[in-house]
Amino acid sequence: MKVTIDGVEIDVPKGTTILQAARMIGPSVAPPAMCYYTKLKTSGGYCRTCIVKVTKGSTANPNPMPKPVASCRTEVMDGMEVQNFTSPEIVEARKGVVEFLLINHPLDCPVCDQAGECKLQDLGYENGSAKTRYEFKRREFEGIDIGDKIKLHMTRCILCYRCVKTAEQITEKRLHGVVHRGDASEISTYIEQVIDNDFSGNVIDVCPVGALTDRTFRFKQRVWFTKPVDAHRNCDKCCGKTRVWLKGEEVVRVTARKDMWDEVEEFICNSCRYDHKKKSDWVIEGPSHISRASVISQGHYEHLNELKVEAMKHQKALGFMDIDKRP
Amino acid sequence: MGRKLLIHNDKVPNIHTLEVYRAHGGYASVEKALKNMTPDQVTDEVKKSGLRGRGGAGFPTGLKWSFLAKPEGVPRYLVCNADESEPGTFKDRYLMEVIPHALIEGMITSSYALGAKASYIYIRGEYFYVARIVEAAIKEAYAAGWLGKNILGTDFSHDCYVQVGGGAYICGEETALLESLEGKRGNPRIKPPFPAVAGLWGCPTVVNNVETIAAVCPIVMMGGEEYAKIGIGKSTGTKLISASGHINKPGVYEIELGIPVEEFIYSEEYCGGIRNGKKMKAVVAGGSSVPILPTELILKTAKGEPRLMTYESLGDGGFQTGTMLGSGGFIVMDEDTSIVKNLFTFTRFYHHESCGQCSPCREGTGWMEKILKKFLNGTANESDVELLWDIQSKIEGKTICPLGEAAAWPVAAAIRHFKHEFLEIARNKKFVDVSHYNRLNKVTA
Repeated sequence: MKVTIDGVEIDVPKGTTILQAARMIGPSVAPPAMCYYTKLKTSGGYCRTCIVKVTKGSTANPNPMPKPVASCRTEVMDGMEVQNFTSPEIVEARKGVVEFLLINHPLDCPVCDQAGECKLQDLGYENGSAKTRYEFKRREFEGIDIGDKIKLHMTRCILCYRCVKTAEQITEKRLHGVVHRGDASEISTYIEQVIDNDFSGNVIDVCPVGALTDRTFRFKQRVWFTKPVDAHRNCDKCCGKTRVWLKGEEVVRVTARKDMWDEVEEFICNSCRYDHKKKSDWVIEGPSHISRASVISQGHYEHLNELKVEAMKHQKALGFMDIDKRP
Repeated sequence: MGRKLLIHNDKVPNIHTLEVYRAHGGYASVEKALKNMTPDQVTDEVKKSGLRGRGGAGFPTGLKWSFLAKPEGVPRYLVCNADESEPGTFKDRYLMEVIPHALIEGMITSSYALGAKASYIYIRGEYFYVARIVEAAIKEAYAAGWLGKNILGTDFSHDCYVQVGGGAYICGEETALLESLEGKRGNPRIKPPFPAVAGLWGCPTVVNNVETIAAVCPIVMMGGEEYAKIGIGKSTGTKLISASGHINKPGVYEIELGIPVEEFIYSEEYCGGIRNGKKMKAVVAGGSSVPILPTELILKTAKGEPRLMTYESLGDGGFQTGTMLGSGGFIVMDEDTSIVKNLFTFTRFYHHESCGQCSPCREGTGWMEKILKKFLNGTANESDVELLWDIQSKIEGKTICPLGEAAAWPVAAAIRHFKHEFLEIARNKKFVDVSHYNRLNKVTA
């Protein structure tokens, strides 16, 4: 099936959504997504950041769709034409959605553990405005401990339902869902029951904001001061392939590996996540690839050697003294 | 005197019982359909009649029925949407309360046409007493053999169930209704798939309003073509209108589509004019979510033609100068009404009823309510009007279900037609409510 997104044509199999097709083309046309998660069935459609305009429905029915559609839940039709960043209407609408997501979100990034790897920060930076027009009291909730490993800050939650779907689909017993409705909705385990399951820790990884954080890592370190490396160990519960975050020689936290769309490659078990916090527990494969756009890559740990070689080449060309031989 | 097809017997004593209903020609459509017609013939008659969904959207019913997927070996369902929660609308309640058998008769005939072996009546939680009336009527119908196995000796069997909702506006949205009926949280589903393909428990389902289903009986009896003769153009048949507000005779009226709005408001047969000799200020023509119109636009279109009670005429001029027939919740406001306060009441409702799934509606409705509250407190600025306009434009059309639009349209229309009222409050920093209701409260308090 042929689909054109922002003027770029691509051939995709039947059943592909517009968002997936756009991701196949690349980040230049892919709309941002806050609630959609490839690995979780029936996710998406809630946050409305991925809305796009369908200017031509299909070859068979060339009428445009009357309203913007959620690209994560709309399947492509043959000959469909889609506008994302090229449509001023969509760019404006997305700005509105970002504003809605932010009006009740506390701007406590300086004390939030998610800062630096928060999707809402990125989204706000790319699509938001610098000033807020909201002048009322923001929604507030008490922080909740979900067991001794996970902390829930409902105040920061954007109700993307990813953790609900994770709990539903990956863990065996569903103990967690959404209570109340409208802007009083809350992610809850009803009586704050511990999510007692080997894979419960994955809700932390899927959370796009700082609503669900790792209690074993909280306030330990800012992520951009740590060094992510890909590592593995033999695990009988999960794949054992993880990302280990180092500060010096110390393992400060363990997460699942994430791809370029910030989605986990494979879910990991709680044992890998919480119980193996020694460097000797892991076989380290090398630095994880982090996007250049991420603040985490500002430590230049990944391409350090290449950068050094590059810098020396330039310096030599300019006639400077070798860095290492400088007095 | 207009023709009445649905509530012509509403004043007959004990019409809620099967005996009296039958004596007045009840269940004749079931007899006619089951004995003399094939299911497709019934559907054809409904198509010919031009009947449009009476729940608000006005989608042609026959077309909706023809979309129903009919795979082999998969059950099909008919669901009656009796979750009538739109502020200003109470026609379905009246129909079910007074003539419950009219609905059940329609359910049987419609189910026969659709080939549904089971049907559900989803009644909103606040109508629990109505649910009891309908349940009692279903019991009577079972006892008399109108429901159950082999109705009238044919091989058509049908079961009808009543389900009482939890009292959420959002469950009037058809996919949220189906979720709720399945026992889940009443959140609207993301479409497609539409219920006609995958509805209740994943099976093909038709969801129709109470009035739509009840209207199938007269269509079968008189024939689709005869029914289509009533009304104008694509607005055929009769419609129940819930008239409320500052009129002399509030209540449920059955009108022939096509009568002038002016006649509906001022004639003695219907609303009987504005009470206390006041002048009319504005009308919300189809339930709280449709755009409000000032007097000059509700009586005459922008072209100067008299406005009629039809889907097309009320919609004339788009949302710039028009509105919608919607569910027929006709709210009339007199000259003392504050549009700002009225809008606040509507917006508070939508904020309270937002399901919270998608962000524009969840966050935007609450924001709009807070800004309108500022107007009532007299602390609003002129820039707040523009902000309000901007927020509603960012909700409209960006949400999963139509609740977002339902919340945005009244705000847009109030600002479009009554901007001066907002600006006056903002400039004077004072909100004065002179409505009759308010003064009444002061006297008694």
